[in-house]
Amino acid sequence: MRSAAALVALLRERLPDLDLEVTEFRGEVTAIVPAGRAFDALLALRGAPDWTPVLTDLTAIDRFPAEPRFEVVYLLTGYAPPVRLRVKARLPGDAPVIASVTGLWSGANWLEREAYDMFGIRFEGHPGLTRILMPDDWEGHPLRKDFPLTEEPVQFNGHTPKVPSAIIPKSPPRR
Amino acid sequence: MPDSRTEPLTINMGPQHPATHGVLRLLLDLEGEVIVGTRPIIGYLHTGFEKEMENRTYHQNIVFPARIEYLATFIEEMAYVTAVEKLLGITPPPRAQVARIILAELSRIASHLVWLGSSAIDVNVSSGFMYCLQDREQILDILEMASGQRMMHGYFRIGGLHRDLPEGFEARVRRLAEGLAARVDEYDSLLTDNLIWRRRLEGVAVLTPQAALAYGCTGPILRGSGVNYDVRKAFPYGGYEQFEFDVPLGKNGDAFDRYIIRLEEMRQSRRIILQALDRLPGGPVIVDDRKIALPPRGELVRGMEAVIHQFKLVSEGLHPPVGEVYAAVESPRGEKGYYLVSDGSNRPARVRVRAATFNNLQALPAMVYRGFIADVVVAIASLDVVLGDVDR
Repeated sequence: MRSAAALVALLRERLPDLDLEVTEFRGEVTAIVPAGRAFDALLALRGAPDWTPVLTDLTAIDRFPAEPRFEVVYLLTGYAPPVRLRVKARLPGDAPVIASVTGLWSGANWLEREAYDMFGIRFEGHPGLTRILMPDDWEGHPLRKDFPLTEEPVQFNGHTPKVPSAIIPKSPPRR
Repeated sequence: MPDSRTEPLTINMGPQHPATHGVLRLLLDLEGEVIVGTRPIIGYLHTGFEKEMENRTYHQNIVFPARIEYLATFIEEMAYVTAVEKLLGITPPPRAQVARIILAELSRIASHLVWLGSSAIDVNVSSGFMYCLQDREQILDILEMASGQRMMHGYFRIGGLHRDLPEGFEARVRRLAEGLAARVDEYDSLLTDNLIWRRRLEGVAVLTPQAALAYGCTGPILRGSGVNYDVRKAFPYGGYEQFEFDVPLGKNGDAFDRYIIRLEEMRQSRRIILQALDRLPGGPVIVDDRKIALPPRGELVRGMEAVIHQFKLVSEGLHPPVGEVYAAVESPRGEKGYYLVSDGSNRPARVRVRAATFNNLQALPAMVYRGFIADVVVAIASLDVVLGDVDR
Protein backbone atom coordinates (compact mmCIF):
# COMPACT_ATOMS: atom_id res chain seq x y z
CA MET A 1 0.00 0.00 0.00
CA ARG A 2 1.71 3.11 -1.25
CA SER A 3 -0.63 5.81 -0.05
CA ALA A 4 -3.40 6.62 2.37
CA ALA A 5 -5.80 6.94 -0.58
CA ALA A 6 -5.04 3.35 -1.58
CA LEU A 7 -5.84 2.25 1.96
CA VAL A 8 -9.17 4.06 1.90
CA ALA A 9 -9.94 2.38 -1.43
CA LEU A 10 -9.06 -0.97 0.09
CA LEU A 11 -11.37 -0.26 3.02
CA ARG A 12 -14.22 0.54 0.60
CA GLU A 13 -13.54 -2.66 -1.31
CA ARG A 14 -13.30 -4.97 1.70
CA LEU A 15 -16.20 -3.48 3.63
CA PRO A 16 -18.64 -2.24 0.98
CA ASP A 17 -21.44 -1.63 3.49
CA LEU A 18 -19.24 0.54 5.70
CA ASP A 19 -20.49 4.09 6.21
CA LEU A 20 -17.16 5.80 5.50
CA GLU A 21 -16.38 9.50 5.60
CA VAL A 22 -12.96 10.64 4.41
CA THR A 23 -11.42 14.04 5.09
CA GLU A 24 -8.03 15.46 4.22
CA PHE A 25 -6.22 18.35 5.86
CA ARG A 26 -2.59 19.36 5.27
CA GLY A 27 -1.97 16.09 3.47
CA GLU A 28 -3.23 13.94 6.35
CA VAL A 29 -6.06 11.57 5.54
CA THR A 30 -8.68 10.76 8.17
CA ALA A 31 -11.21 7.98 7.71
CA ILE A 32 -14.25 8.36 9.97
CA VAL A 33 -16.08 5.09 10.58
CA PRO A 34 -19.13 4.22 12.71
CA ALA A 35 -18.07 3.21 16.22
CA GLY A 36 -19.65 -0.23 15.91
CA ARG A 37 -17.55 -1.00 12.84
CA ALA A 38 -14.25 0.53 13.97
CA PHE A 39 -12.80 -2.85 14.91
CA ASP A 40 -13.75 -4.37 11.54
CA ALA A 41 -12.22 -1.44 9.69
CA LEU A 42 -8.97 -1.64 11.69
CA LEU A 43 -8.84 -5.40 11.19
CA ALA A 44 -9.23 -4.92 7.44
CA LEU A 45 -6.50 -2.27 7.42
CA ARG A 46 -4.18 -4.44 9.45
CA GLY A 47 -4.54 -7.20 6.89
CA ALA A 48 -3.86 -4.91 3.92
CA PRO A 49 -1.32 -6.35 1.48
CA ASP A 50 2.28 -4.98 1.55
CA TRP A 51 1.53 -2.92 4.61
CA THR A 52 2.30 -3.71 8.23
CA PRO A 53 0.61 -0.96 10.15
CA VAL A 54 1.76 -0.07 13.63
CA LEU A 55 -0.63 1.54 16.07
CA THR A 56 1.39 4.69 16.62
CA ASP A 57 -1.20 6.39 18.74
CA LEU A 58 -4.65 5.90 20.18
CA THR A 59 -6.36 8.80 21.86
CA ALA A 60 -9.67 10.58 22.19
CA ILE A 61 -11.11 14.03 21.68
CA ASP A 62 -13.92 15.60 23.70
CA ARG A 63 -16.21 17.82 21.61
CA PHE A 64 -18.37 18.87 24.57
CA PRO A 65 -21.10 20.18 24.38
CA ALA A 66 -21.57 18.85 20.84
CA GLU A 67 -23.06 15.41 20.22
CA PRO A 68 -21.72 12.83 19.46
CA ARG A 69 -19.37 14.04 22.09
CA PHE A 70 -16.29 11.81 21.89
CA GLU A 71 -14.02 10.82 19.07
CA VAL A 72 -11.61 7.91 19.40
CA VAL A 73 -8.60 8.43 17.16
CA TYR A 74 -6.34 5.66 15.90
CA LEU A 75 -3.16 6.66 14.12
CA LEU A 76 -1.76 3.89 11.95
CA THR A 77 1.72 4.06 10.48
CA GLY A 78 3.31 1.76 7.95
CA TYR A 79 7.08 1.95 8.06
CA ALA A 80 8.06 0.71 4.62
CA PRO A 81 6.79 2.49 2.59
CA PRO A 82 6.04 5.26 5.07
CA VAL A 83 2.28 5.86 5.05
CA ARG A 84 0.05 7.26 7.75
CA LEU A 85 -3.70 6.93 8.08
CA ARG A 86 -5.90 8.22 10.83
CA VAL A 87 -9.08 6.36 11.72
CA LYS A 88 -11.74 7.96 13.84
CA ALA A 89 -14.92 6.77 15.47
CA ARG A 90 -17.53 9.00 17.09
CA LEU A 91 -19.10 8.04 20.41
CA PRO A 92 -22.08 9.46 22.32
CA GLY A 93 -21.54 11.35 25.57
CA ASP A 94 -23.77 9.26 27.87
CA ALA A 95 -22.26 5.78 27.38
CA PRO A 96 -19.06 5.89 25.34
CA VAL A 97 -18.18 2.26 24.56
CA ILE A 98 -16.02 0.89 21.75
CA ALA A 99 -14.39 -2.46 21.01
CA SER A 100 -10.83 -2.85 22.23
CA VAL A 101 -8.05 -3.36 19.69
CA THR A 102 -5.64 -4.98 22.15
CA GLY A 103 -6.06 -8.19 20.16
CA LEU A 104 -4.69 -6.47 17.06
CA TRP A 105 -1.83 -4.55 18.68
CA SER A 106 -0.53 -5.36 22.16
CA GLY A 107 0.57 -1.73 22.43
CA ALA A 108 -3.09 -0.66 22.53
CA ASN A 109 -3.28 -1.92 26.11
CA TRP A 110 -1.83 1.14 27.85
CA LEU A 111 -3.14 3.57 25.25
CA GLU A 112 -6.71 2.39 25.86
CA ARG A 113 -6.18 2.52 29.59
CA GLU A 114 -5.04 6.11 29.22
CA ALA A 115 -8.08 7.03 27.10
CA TYR A 116 -10.30 5.40 29.73
CA ASP A 117 -8.49 7.21 32.53
CA MET A 118 -8.64 10.62 30.86
CA PHE A 119 -12.01 10.48 29.07
CA GLY A 120 -13.98 7.65 30.64
CA ILE A 121 -14.34 5.77 27.37
CA ARG A 122 -14.88 2.05 27.93
CA PHE A 123 -13.04 -0.39 25.69
CA GLU A 124 -14.93 -3.67 25.50
CA GLY A 125 -12.71 -6.72 25.60
CA HIS A 126 -9.75 -4.96 27.21
CA PRO A 127 -7.89 -7.35 29.56
CA GLY A 128 -7.68 -4.91 32.48
CA LEU A 129 -9.26 -1.53 31.99
CA THR A 130 -8.03 0.41 35.01
CA ARG A 131 -6.65 3.88 35.54
CA ILE A 132 -3.07 4.30 34.48
CA LEU A 133 -1.88 7.86 35.10
CA MET A 134 -4.33 9.12 37.73
CA PRO A 135 -4.60 7.52 41.19
CA ASP A 136 -6.96 4.54 41.40
CA ASP A 137 -9.38 6.39 43.67
CA TRP A 138 -9.58 9.51 41.49
CA GLU A 139 -13.05 10.77 40.67
CA GLY A 140 -13.85 12.02 37.20
CA HIS A 141 -11.91 12.02 33.97
CA PRO A 142 -9.52 14.97 33.75
CA LEU A 143 -9.34 15.57 30.01
CA ARG A 144 -13.09 15.92 29.65
CA LYS A 145 -14.01 19.49 28.81
CA ASP A 146 -16.42 19.70 31.74
CA PHE A 147 -13.66 18.78 34.17
CA PRO A 148 -12.46 22.15 35.42
CA LEU A 149 -8.83 23.20 35.40
CA THR A 150 -8.22 24.61 38.84
CA GLU A 151 -5.27 25.43 40.96
CA GLU A 152 -4.57 23.38 44.06
CA PRO A 153 -5.07 25.30 47.31
CA VAL A 154 -1.81 26.26 49.01
CA GLN A 155 -0.94 26.44 52.69
CA PHE A 156 0.44 29.98 52.76
CA ASN A 157 -1.18 33.43 52.56
CA GLY A 158 -0.82 36.13 49.95
CA HIS A 159 -1.47 33.92 46.96
CA THR A 160 -4.50 34.40 44.77
CA PRO A 161 -5.22 31.26 42.74
CA LYS A 162 -4.98 32.12 39.09
CA VAL A 163 -6.50 29.85 36.48
CA PRO A 164 -4.66 30.15 33.17
CA SER A 165 -7.91 30.45 31.25
CA ALA A 166 -8.40 33.81 32.95
CA ILE A 167 -5.08 35.24 31.73
CA ILE A 168 -5.85 35.27 28.01
CA PRO A 169 -9.54 34.63 27.44
CA LYS A 170 -10.66 32.26 24.74
CA SER A 171 -11.55 34.12 21.57
CA PRO A 172 -13.92 32.86 18.89
CA PRO A 173 -12.74 31.58 15.50
CA ARG A 174 -11.99 34.07 12.73
CA ARG A 175 -13.94 33.98 9.54
CA MET B 1 10.59 -33.10 50.24
CA PRO B 2 7.30 -34.60 49.04
CA ASP B 3 4.94 -31.78 50.05
CA SER B 4 7.08 -28.79 49.04
CA ARG B 5 5.42 -26.34 46.74
CA THR B 6 6.61 -23.11 45.19
CA GLU B 7 4.78 -19.96 44.44
CA PRO B 8 6.07 -16.73 42.90
CA LEU B 9 7.35 -14.12 45.31
CA THR B 10 6.16 -10.62 44.52
CA ILE B 11 8.56 -7.82 45.27
CA ASN B 12 8.25 -4.11 44.80
CA MET B 13 10.88 -2.06 42.98
CA GLY B 14 10.57 1.68 43.09
CA PRO B 15 9.19 4.26 42.75
CA GLN B 16 12.21 5.71 44.51
CA HIS B 17 14.72 3.13 43.34
CA PRO B 18 17.82 4.87 41.96
CA ALA B 19 18.03 2.55 38.98
CA THR B 20 14.55 3.36 37.69
CA HIS B 21 15.61 6.74 36.26
CA GLY B 22 12.72 8.60 37.78
CA VAL B 23 9.62 7.53 39.60
CA LEU B 24 8.84 4.21 37.99
CA ARG B 25 7.43 1.44 40.13
CA LEU B 26 7.62 -2.21 39.19
CA LEU B 27 5.93 -5.19 40.77
CA LEU B 28 8.07 -8.20 40.01
CA ASP B 29 6.93 -11.81 40.39
CA LEU B 30 9.96 -13.96 41.06
CA GLU B 31 10.72 -17.64 41.07
CA GLY B 32 14.04 -17.53 42.85
CA GLU B 33 16.09 -15.08 40.81
CA VAL B 34 14.02 -15.52 37.70
CA ILE B 35 11.30 -13.07 36.70
CA VAL B 36 7.98 -14.57 35.73
CA GLY B 37 5.89 -11.40 35.77
CA THR B 38 6.40 -7.64 35.61
CA ARG B 39 3.77 -5.02 36.23
CA PRO B 40 4.97 -1.46 35.64
CA ILE B 41 3.01 1.13 37.61
CA ILE B 42 3.30 4.63 36.21
CA GLY B 43 1.67 7.99 36.75
CA TYR B 44 3.74 9.27 39.66
CA LEU B 45 4.93 12.18 37.55
CA HIS B 46 1.63 12.91 35.83
CA THR B 47 1.37 16.67 35.56
CA GLY B 48 -1.58 17.14 33.22
CA PHE B 49 0.38 18.86 30.46
CA GLU B 50 -2.25 18.04 27.86
CA LYS B 51 -5.00 19.68 29.91
CA GLU B 52 -2.80 22.70 30.61
CA MET B 53 -2.03 23.15 26.94
CA GLU B 54 -5.70 23.05 26.00
CA ASN B 55 -6.24 26.02 28.28
CA ARG B 56 -3.52 28.25 26.92
CA THR B 57 -2.83 29.91 23.61
CA TYR B 58 -0.52 28.43 21.00
CA HIS B 59 2.29 30.82 21.94
CA GLN B 60 1.98 30.24 25.66
CA ASN B 61 2.31 26.50 25.12
CA ILE B 62 5.88 26.77 23.81
CA VAL B 63 7.17 26.52 27.38
CA PHE B 64 5.67 23.08 28.03
CA PRO B 65 7.37 20.67 25.63
CA ALA B 66 10.85 21.01 27.13
CA ARG B 67 9.38 20.26 30.53
CA ILE B 68 7.72 17.08 29.31
CA GLU B 69 10.90 15.44 28.08
CA TYR B 70 13.55 17.30 29.95
CA LEU B 71 16.61 15.63 28.46
CA ALA B 72 16.10 16.39 24.78
CA THR B 73 14.70 19.87 25.21
CA PHE B 74 15.18 21.41 21.78
CA ILE B 75 13.84 18.33 20.03
CA GLU B 76 10.68 18.65 22.10
CA GLU B 77 10.28 22.31 21.24
CA MET B 78 10.83 21.46 17.61
CA ALA B 79 8.08 18.84 17.77
CA TYR B 80 5.55 21.33 19.10
CA VAL B 81 6.38 24.27 16.84
CA THR B 82 6.51 21.96 13.81
CA ALA B 83 2.99 20.80 14.62
CA VAL B 84 1.67 24.36 14.93
CA GLU B 85 3.45 25.38 11.73
CA LYS B 86 1.87 22.45 9.94
CA LEU B 87 -1.52 23.51 11.26
CA LEU B 88 -0.94 27.04 9.98
CA GLY B 89 0.59 25.84 6.72
CA ILE B 90 3.78 27.89 7.04
CA THR B 91 7.48 27.09 6.69
CA PRO B 92 10.13 28.88 8.74
CA PRO B 93 12.94 30.69 6.89
CA PRO B 94 15.98 28.59 5.87
CA ARG B 95 18.27 30.04 8.52
CA ALA B 96 15.80 29.16 11.27
CA GLN B 97 15.43 25.63 9.92
CA VAL B 98 19.14 24.93 9.86
CA ALA B 99 19.67 26.54 13.27
CA ARG B 100 16.90 24.35 14.67
CA ILE B 101 18.57 21.24 13.30
CA ILE B 102 21.92 22.19 14.86
CA LEU B 103 20.28 22.76 18.24
CA ALA B 104 18.13 19.63 18.00
CA GLU B 105 21.10 17.43 17.16
CA LEU B 106 23.09 18.97 20.01
CA SER B 107 20.16 18.10 22.26
CA ARG B 108 20.20 14.55 20.96
CA ILE B 109 23.88 14.15 21.81
CA ALA B 110 23.31 15.68 25.25
CA SER B 111 20.43 13.29 25.87
CA HIS B 112 22.40 10.25 24.74
CA LEU B 113 25.26 11.31 26.99
CA VAL B 114 22.97 11.35 30.02
CA TRP B 115 21.70 7.94 28.98
CA LEU B 116 25.21 6.56 28.55
CA GLY B 117 26.40 8.00 31.83
CA SER B 118 23.44 6.79 33.85
CA SER B 119 23.51 3.36 32.22
CA ALA B 120 27.19 3.10 33.02
CA ILE B 121 26.53 3.92 36.66
CA ASP B 122 23.80 1.26 36.72
CA VAL B 123 26.41 -1.36 35.82
CA ASN B 124 28.93 0.19 38.19
CA VAL B 125 31.11 2.06 35.72
CA SER B 126 30.92 5.23 37.79
CA SER B 127 33.73 7.05 35.98
CA GLY B 128 31.72 6.87 32.74
CA PHE B 129 29.01 8.95 34.39
CA MET B 130 31.44 11.73 35.23
CA TYR B 131 32.94 11.86 31.73
CA CYS B 132 29.53 11.91 30.06
CA LEU B 133 28.05 14.59 32.27
CA GLN B 134 31.11 16.75 31.75
CA ASP B 135 30.65 16.56 27.99
CA ARG B 136 26.94 17.18 28.30
CA GLU B 137 27.64 20.30 30.31
CA GLN B 138 29.69 21.69 27.43
CA ILE B 139 26.75 21.14 25.10
CA LEU B 140 24.36 22.75 27.57
CA ASP B 141 26.68 25.77 27.66
CA ILE B 142 26.18 26.15 23.93
CA LEU B 143 22.41 25.74 24.25
CA GLU B 144 22.50 28.39 26.96
CA MET B 145 24.53 30.65 24.69
CA ALA B 146 21.79 30.50 22.06
CA SER B 147 18.71 30.58 24.24
CA GLY B 148 19.73 31.91 27.64
CA GLN B 149 18.73 28.70 29.42
CA ARG B 150 20.49 25.42 29.98
CA MET B 151 17.39 23.27 29.74
CA MET B 152 13.98 24.96 29.57
CA HIS B 153 14.84 27.10 26.58
CA GLY B 154 11.62 28.49 25.09
CA TYR B 155 13.77 29.65 22.17
CA PHE B 156 11.82 28.32 19.20
CA ARG B 157 8.85 30.33 18.03
CA ILE B 158 5.96 29.49 15.79
CA GLY B 159 7.48 30.33 12.41
CA GLY B 160 11.13 30.52 13.43
CA LEU B 161 13.34 31.47 16.34
CA HIS B 162 13.02 34.00 19.12
CA ARG B 163 16.13 35.84 17.89
CA ASP B 164 19.18 35.21 15.76
CA LEU B 165 21.99 32.93 16.91
CA PRO B 166 24.56 34.84 18.96
CA GLU B 167 27.93 35.93 17.65
CA GLY B 168 30.58 33.24 17.90
CA PHE B 169 27.97 30.48 18.05
CA GLU B 170 29.12 28.70 14.92
CA ALA B 171 32.79 28.70 15.91
CA ARG B 172 31.92 27.29 19.30
CA VAL B 173 29.72 24.52 17.94
CA ARG B 174 32.42 23.62 15.43
CA ARG B 175 35.03 23.42 18.17
CA LEU B 176 32.77 21.17 20.22
CA ALA B 177 31.90 18.96 17.25
CA GLU B 178 35.57 18.55 16.42
CA GLY B 179 36.42 17.43 19.93
CA LEU B 180 33.37 15.21 20.17
CA ALA B 181 34.57 12.56 17.74
CA ALA B 182 37.51 11.67 19.96
CA ARG B 183 35.29 11.66 23.05
CA VAL B 184 32.78 9.24 21.53
CA ASP B 185 35.66 7.02 20.44
CA GLU B 186 36.92 7.13 24.01
CA TYR B 187 33.57 5.93 25.36
CA ASP B 188 33.60 3.29 22.69
CA SER B 189 36.97 1.97 23.79
CA LEU B 190 36.12 2.38 27.47
CA LEU B 191 32.93 0.33 27.30
CA THR B 192 32.58 -1.69 24.11
CA ASP B 193 35.59 -3.87 24.83
CA ASN B 194 34.96 -3.95 28.55
CA LEU B 195 34.29 -7.55 29.54
CA ILE B 196 31.95 -6.64 32.40
CA TRP B 197 29.97 -4.23 30.24
CA ARG B 198 29.56 -6.82 27.52
CA ARG B 199 28.54 -9.59 29.90
CA ARG B 200 25.93 -7.38 31.52
CA LEU B 201 24.47 -6.16 28.23
CA GLU B 202 24.84 -8.90 25.63
CA GLY B 203 21.79 -11.11 25.26
CA VAL B 204 19.95 -9.17 27.97
CA ALA B 205 16.51 -7.57 27.55
CA VAL B 206 16.00 -9.06 24.10
CA LEU B 207 13.03 -7.78 22.12
CA THR B 208 12.02 -9.45 18.88
CA PRO B 209 11.11 -7.23 15.92
CA GLN B 210 7.56 -8.63 16.00
CA ALA B 211 7.11 -7.66 19.64
CA ALA B 212 8.68 -4.24 19.07
CA LEU B 213 6.20 -3.54 16.27
CA ALA B 214 3.22 -4.88 18.23
CA TYR B 215 4.02 -2.62 21.17
CA GLY B 216 4.58 0.38 18.92
CA CYS B 217 8.17 0.79 20.06
CA THR B 218 10.21 3.37 18.19
CA GLY B 219 13.68 4.85 18.28
CA PRO B 220 16.75 2.86 19.30
CA ILE B 221 14.52 0.14 20.81
CA LEU B 222 12.89 -0.60 17.45
CA ARG B 223 16.11 -0.13 15.47
CA GLY B 224 17.96 -2.34 17.93
CA SER B 225 15.59 -5.12 16.88
CA GLY B 226 16.54 -4.48 13.27
CA VAL B 227 13.51 -2.52 12.01
CA ASN B 228 14.55 0.45 9.92
CA TYR B 229 12.36 3.34 10.98
CA ASP B 230 13.63 6.80 11.72
CA VAL B 231 11.11 9.66 11.50
CA ARG B 232 13.83 11.88 10.04
CA LYS B 233 14.08 9.52 7.06
CA ALA B 234 10.52 8.19 6.78
CA PHE B 235 8.60 11.45 7.28
CA PRO B 236 11.23 14.20 6.94
CA TYR B 237 10.48 17.42 8.79
CA GLY B 238 12.23 20.74 9.23
CA GLY B 239 14.64 20.19 6.33
CA TYR B 240 16.19 16.87 7.42
CA GLU B 241 15.79 15.52 3.89
CA GLN B 242 18.72 17.74 2.81
CA PHE B 243 21.17 16.12 5.20
CA GLU B 244 23.21 12.99 4.80
CA PHE B 245 23.25 10.59 7.70
CA ASP B 246 22.97 6.88 8.32
CA VAL B 247 20.46 5.07 10.48
CA PRO B 248 22.30 2.41 12.50
CA LEU B 249 20.45 -0.89 12.95
CA GLY B 250 20.93 -3.76 15.39
CA LYS B 251 20.62 -7.47 14.83
CA ASN B 252 19.94 -9.17 18.15
CA GLY B 253 17.57 -6.67 19.78
CA ASP B 254 19.44 -6.81 23.08
CA ALA B 255 20.69 -4.06 25.37
CA PHE B 256 24.12 -4.16 23.77
CA ASP B 257 22.70 -3.42 20.31
CA ARG B 258 20.82 -0.44 21.71
CA TYR B 259 24.04 0.80 23.25
CA ILE B 260 25.91 0.48 19.94
CA ILE B 261 23.08 2.26 18.12
CA ARG B 262 23.03 5.21 20.49
CA LEU B 263 26.79 5.51 20.29
CA GLU B 264 26.57 5.56 16.50
CA GLU B 265 23.71 8.05 16.61
CA MET B 266 25.95 10.48 18.44
CA ARG B 267 28.46 10.21 15.59
CA GLN B 268 25.69 10.69 13.03
CA SER B 269 24.34 13.72 14.90
CA ARG B 270 27.83 15.19 14.82
CA ARG B 271 27.87 14.58 11.08
CA ILE B 272 24.56 16.42 10.67
CA ILE B 273 25.82 19.31 12.80
CA LEU B 274 28.98 19.72 10.69
CA GLN B 275 26.92 19.70 7.47
CA ALA B 276 24.51 22.21 8.95
CA LEU B 277 27.33 24.54 9.99
CA ASP B 278 28.70 24.46 6.45
CA ARG B 279 25.41 25.50 4.94
CA LEU B 280 23.94 27.78 7.61
CA PRO B 281 22.40 30.50 5.43
CA GLY B 282 21.91 34.15 6.32
CA GLY B 283 18.64 36.00 6.37
CA PRO B 284 15.71 36.32 8.75
CA VAL B 285 15.06 33.78 11.49
CA ILE B 286 11.28 34.14 11.70
CA VAL B 287 8.47 34.51 9.19
CA ASP B 288 7.35 38.08 8.52
CA ASP B 289 3.64 37.26 8.70
CA ARG B 290 2.41 39.70 11.32
CA LYS B 291 -0.58 37.51 12.14
CA ILE B 292 1.82 34.80 13.33
CA ALA B 293 5.08 36.35 14.51
CA LEU B 294 5.55 39.46 16.62
CA PRO B 295 6.74 42.56 14.74
CA PRO B 296 10.38 43.55 15.33
CA ARG B 297 10.94 46.06 18.09
CA GLY B 298 11.99 48.81 15.67
CA GLU B 299 8.64 48.77 13.87
CA LEU B 300 6.70 49.35 17.04
CA VAL B 301 7.97 52.91 17.45
CA ARG B 302 7.31 53.80 13.84
CA GLY B 303 3.93 52.44 12.91
CA MET B 304 0.49 52.09 14.46
CA GLU B 305 -0.14 48.93 12.49
CA ALA B 306 2.76 47.13 14.14
CA VAL B 307 1.42 48.14 17.54
CA ILE B 308 -2.00 46.72 16.69
CA HIS B 309 -0.47 43.45 15.50
CA GLN B 310 1.66 43.22 18.62
CA PHE B 311 -1.35 43.90 20.83
CA LYS B 312 -3.53 41.34 19.06
CA LEU B 313 -0.89 38.63 19.18
CA VAL B 314 -0.06 39.20 22.82
CA SER B 315 -3.60 39.66 24.13
CA GLU B 316 -5.32 37.06 21.93
CA GLY B 317 -2.80 34.92 20.14
CA LEU B 318 -3.06 33.48 16.68
CA HIS B 319 -6.09 31.81 15.16
CA PRO B 320 -5.24 28.77 13.06
CA PRO B 321 -7.80 27.29 10.64
CA VAL B 322 -10.14 24.54 11.79
CA GLY B 323 -8.46 21.19 11.35
CA GLU B 324 -6.16 18.67 12.93
CA VAL B 325 -2.55 17.72 12.34
CA TYR B 326 -0.08 15.22 13.66
CA ALA B 327 3.57 16.18 13.46
CA ALA B 328 6.26 13.80 14.65
CA VAL B 329 9.96 14.18 15.21
CA GLU B 330 12.66 11.66 15.98
CA SER B 331 13.54 12.18 19.59
CA PRO B 332 16.43 10.27 21.21
CA ARG B 333 13.79 7.86 22.51
CA GLY B 334 11.78 7.42 19.35
CA GLU B 335 8.83 8.98 17.63
CA LYS B 336 7.61 12.04 19.49
CA GLY B 337 4.42 13.41 18.05
CA TYR B 338 2.09 16.29 18.74
CA TYR B 339 -1.48 15.86 17.61
CA LEU B 340 -3.21 19.23 17.56
CA VAL B 341 -6.92 19.72 17.04
CA SER B 342 -7.95 23.27 16.26
CA ASP B 343 -11.50 24.58 16.48
CA GLY B 344 -10.43 27.91 14.99
CA SER B 345 -10.11 29.71 18.32
CA ASN B 346 -6.91 30.97 19.89
CA ARG B 347 -6.53 27.80 21.96
CA PRO B 348 -6.06 24.24 20.78
CA ALA B 349 -9.17 22.11 21.30
CA ARG B 350 -6.97 19.11 22.01
CA VAL B 351 -3.26 18.61 22.37
CA ARG B 352 -2.13 15.04 22.40
CA VAL B 353 1.47 14.24 23.17
CA ARG B 354 2.47 10.94 21.62
CA ALA B 355 5.28 9.91 23.95
CA ALA B 356 7.85 7.47 22.65
CA THR B 357 8.78 6.14 26.07
CA PHE B 358 5.16 5.38 26.98
CA ASN B 359 5.01 2.78 24.23
CA ASN B 360 8.59 1.63 24.74
CA LEU B 361 8.06 1.02 28.45
CA GLN B 362 5.11 -1.25 27.64
CA ALA B 363 7.58 -3.71 26.14
CA LEU B 364 9.51 -4.01 29.42
CA PRO B 365 7.61 -7.09 30.72
CA ALA B 366 8.32 -8.89 27.45
CA MET B 367 11.98 -7.92 27.62
CA VAL B 368 12.71 -9.17 31.11
CA TYR B 369 10.49 -12.27 31.13
CA ARG B 370 12.48 -15.29 32.33
CA GLY B 371 15.48 -13.07 32.92
CA PHE B 372 17.31 -12.42 36.15
CA ILE B 373 16.30 -9.71 38.57
CA ALA B 374 19.67 -7.98 38.13
CA ASP B 375 18.94 -7.65 34.42
CA VAL B 376 15.83 -5.54 35.08
CA VAL B 377 18.14 -2.68 35.92
CA VAL B 378 19.94 -3.10 32.61
CA ALA B 379 16.62 -3.38 30.75
CA ILE B 380 15.30 -0.15 32.23
CA ALA B 381 18.57 1.59 31.44
CA SER B 382 18.52 0.33 27.86
CA LEU B 383 14.97 1.65 27.42
CA ASP B 384 16.20 5.14 28.30
CA VAL B 385 12.98 6.06 30.09
CA VAL B 386 12.20 9.64 30.95
CA LEU B 387 9.30 9.48 33.34
CA GLY B 388 8.23 13.03 32.56
CA ASP B 389 7.59 11.81 29.05
CA VAL B 390 5.84 8.60 30.12
CA ASP B 391 3.49 10.30 32.56
CA ARG B 392 3.18 13.75 30.95
